[in-house]
Amino acid sequence: MSLDTVAVATANPDALQPYDQLGLKADEYASIKQILGRRPTSSELAMYSVMWSEHCSYKSSKVHLKQFGEKAPHSDALLVGIGENAGVVDIGQGYAVTFKIESHNHPSFVEPYQGAATGVGGIVRDILTMGARPIAIMDPLRFGLADAKDTRRVLPGIVSGVGGYGNCLGVPNIGGEVVFDETYAGNPLVNALCVGVMRHEDIKLAKAHGTGNLVVLFGAKTGGDGIGGVSVLASETFNDAKPTKRPSVQVGDPFAEKVLIECCLEIFMADLVVGIQDLGGAGLSCATSELASAGSGGMEIQLEKVPLRDPSLSPEEILMSESQERMCAIVEPSNIKHFMAICKKWDVTATVIGEVTDGTNLHITFNGELIVDVPPRTVAHDGPIYNRPIEKPTYIAERQSAKINVPLPSSPAEIKAAVLTLVASPNIADKSWVTSQYDRYVQGNSVLSQPEDSGMVRIDAKTNLGVAISTDVNARWAYLDPYEGAKLALLESCRNIATTGAKPLAVTNCLNFGSPEDPGVMWQFAEAVRGLADICLEMGLPVTGGNVSFYNQTGSVAILPTPVIGVLGVIQDVRTRTKMGLAKSGLEIYLLGRADANLSGSEWAYLHNEIGNFAPKADVAMETRLVNLLLEGQPLFESAHDISNGGLAAALTEIVLKNKIGAEITIDDVGVALMSETPGQVLIAVDPKNSRELIALAETHKIECRKIGISGGDALTINGAAIPLAELSQAHTETFPKLFG
Amino acid sequence: MRIGVVTFPGSLDDHSALRAIELAGGEPVSLFHGSTDLKEVQAVVLPGGFSYGDYLRCGAISRFSPIMESIIIAAEHGFPVLGICNGFQILCESHLLPGALTRNSDLHFICDDQKVAVENIKTPWTAGYTQGQEIVIPIKNGEGSFQCSDETLAELEAESRVVLRYVGKNPNGSRNSIAGISNKQGNVVGVMPHPEQAIEELTGPGDEGLIFFSSILKEMVGR
Repeated sequence: MSLDTVAVATANPDALQPYDQLGLKADEYASIKQILGRRPTSSELAMYSVMWSEHCSYKSSKVHLKQFGEKAPHSDALLVGIGENAGVVDIGQGYAVTFKIESHNHPSFVEPYQGAATGVGGIVRDILTMGARPIAIMDPLRFGLADAKDTRRVLPGIVSGVGGYGNCLGVPNIGGEVVFDETYAGNPLVNALCVGVMRHEDIKLAKAHGTGNLVVLFGAKTGGDGIGGVSVLASETFNDAKPTKRPSVQVGDPFAEKVLIECCLEIFMADLVVGIQDLGGAGLSCATSELASAGSGGMEIQLEKVPLRDPSLSPEEILMSESQERMCAIVEPSNIKHFMAICKKWDVTATVIGEVTDGTNLHITFNGELIVDVPPRTVAHDGPIYNRPIEKPTYIAERQSAKINVPLPSSPAEIKAAVLTLVASPNIADKSWVTSQYDRYVQGNSVLSQPEDSGMVRIDAKTNLGVAISTDVNARWAYLDPYEGAKLALLESCRNIATTGAKPLAVTNCLNFGSPEDPGVMWQFAEAVRGLADICLEMGLPVTGGNVSFYNQTGSVAILPTPVIGVLGVIQDVRTRTKMGLAKSGLEIYLLGRADANLSGSEWAYLHNEIGNFAPKADVAMETRLVNLLLEGQPLFESAHDISNGGLAAALTEIVLKNKIGAEITIDDVGVALMSETPGQVLIAVDPKNSRELIALAETHKIECRKIGISGGDALTINGAAIPLAELSQAHTETFPKLFG
Repeated sequence: MRIGVVTFPGSLDDHSALRAIELAGGEPVSLFHGSTDLKEVQAVVLPGGFSYGDYLRCGAISRFSPIMESIIIAAEHGFPVLGICNGFQILCESHLLPGALTRNSDLHFICDDQKVAVENIKTPWTAGYTQGQEIVIPIKNGEGSFQCSDETLAELEAESRVVLRYVGKNPNGSRNSIAGISNKQGNVVGVMPHPEQAIEELTGPGDEGLIFFSSILKEMVGR
């Protein structure tokens, strides 16, 4: 096979290239030619095609995402913003926390275990790249209907992939979501969030500065996995004798990543890198072009020096390989010996593959022949930007004229039956079958984990400083109204954080949508981004980064628009955190927050095949007051629990089952009260001696506060309908084992 | 009192074990797999994790690391060794303890708060418990099902070498619900549950695991 060098490309300007099979449009190909002043070499074409893909370039979303910058609230906490591998916020005491959420949806459908595993691996490396020790993982997951055949293939595989990788890394998994809806059949969502911590002075950036500094590739050797579409270059253009296209799903080795983490942290501690970048999507071509482009521009790489698992890889494949557990560092020559010694200690392969130059271009040679000569910025940042057509879908008007018609329980027998049905439904049922496959204890700092309202980890064992994380979205609300849906998701996350006693500080997001080429989907996306940017400004919370996943659809059916929002909060003393479960008998139970009823987009409506008409309107002022009340009132609370999916009925079930302490509840308009999903509600349990103070506090903050019952006994009794805890527990916990074994 | 904790490539609970020793009042000493130097520690903990990624078999590769040469020789002369989870697996692979840990009977990784009974308080690691005391400490493993021959099982039971036994439902199909055992001399103990993750109410199901670490400190006084 002949090497397509820059010289060859110049000599044969009209050679046909498979740009369309690589996903590039004709005009995109033309602009590459214009940038280079010649046709690209096959290696360059491979680089541009991957870096200009939707996944890497955000070409359809960029015009909308810039609102996060334009509407950014002033924040003293933000140390590193959007654009780096992950945002970084100041949490005080000299600590900086970095967190980010990413999707690995499509690979997880193709190969659930490896797709989910490498999703965890990728986000953990993003966090590590910032100079941080990864300290917690969360995984919001969405699947097709729970009893669908394919869900039984996809869900167990994804759960064991998340666990298999995360458990072996030693990073506790402290929460997430498991949601079912038929639109996710064929498009499961695997979002993975990671949090890391470091000292301020240890923050690392992906920049290649300093002429003569060395480019070091370290970690796993490069193999043929995850090459995907690029393999057409090898197998089809050049009529090479290779048997088949390469597999497009990467394969993870968590042990290699664990060792890489320890190796990197030791390297960071010794302050041996100028810049660092992990190798994720688009592998070496992404890492080198991003490092060079964020630095002074010039870089020379000798591609034949890359250690290979498979010696038959072509240069294009080496550039594109998405083999996992690899990092690329920029190291001053005086530090290279020390750097290599640490790699040797951890048995990590490390190779100098090039150096930073004073030029403007990224040069890549293969056995001395120049195969890439590009201005790195044109690869990494100057991709196409599309302002895709937007059109409000017709379903919106149809939904808005619909009436919700669901039966509501009123007699004791009906109440009991309705609650048992609701809490056994897959979306509300106990998720221990999933979460017990994840190590929540490792590192010894997990203060709260699933099913608590937020996950919480201790940062400093001496001062007890900690952080809390929650991820949320009711995608049905986002479907009915993407603008309000995104706002409500953020508010729910904030409420979850505050319910456990932490103060919301910063936001990340993972925006999962259908095809951007569908104007209706693009409208959903634009509205969701507008909503999120608006609410972040209103709440004064900076967006530190995020991820967009498009093309989550089968044929013409898109997934529910699913903007998963993650909020990070800070708690000064983790010992003061509030748990959700009723702690003892004799506590008074209060319902705080909005009193208006809403069945639209609720689980109860969904169980009756209704999605509803309007999403509730986000009440930012009220929710802000509620968060303030929760933070101020925390010393009074024996327990606290946010009301969200499944409404009051689900929330009551969760607080009585946690410690197996029952409650006696009396409430007006019981059917609606139990099944309504009204945003901005929290259940609080207080000692009767503190009730007066709670009521006064609620008045101060202008939050409605209703006493609805008292804890105790071995049943959840609602307006005379007694549901023994054993029966309630059985209904709540047997669903998952029955479905998934 | 210096107590060592070995870090193998892939160890995960090494820092928690070091912290447990510190909380119990001892001097934690970090040991590295690639050296034979025990740094004058008076006892050693092999922590949980996935050393060498659990490739081949859990503990099968770590057993050949240089530090294990020193530990095996010392253990045969009465040096106290506690293996937790992956550490227990390494002790079985080293033949310091009998039997083997196999895939959990439901084939899932299980992380749960587990009630166990302390059935042997004659080991230096459990001397601080009362006979039969029931404690709650986390289990978190994929291969925690203890298996051995009938002969070995009879011997373990007859010699009261079962250190911990699961109470209630057997979580993983271990023979006789065994959660931990000792060698004949009692100085080498292997347990699947994680006492080092139950050292404070704040971050564990309770603090009843701390007694493993306070026991060894007390037992080693004057030795």
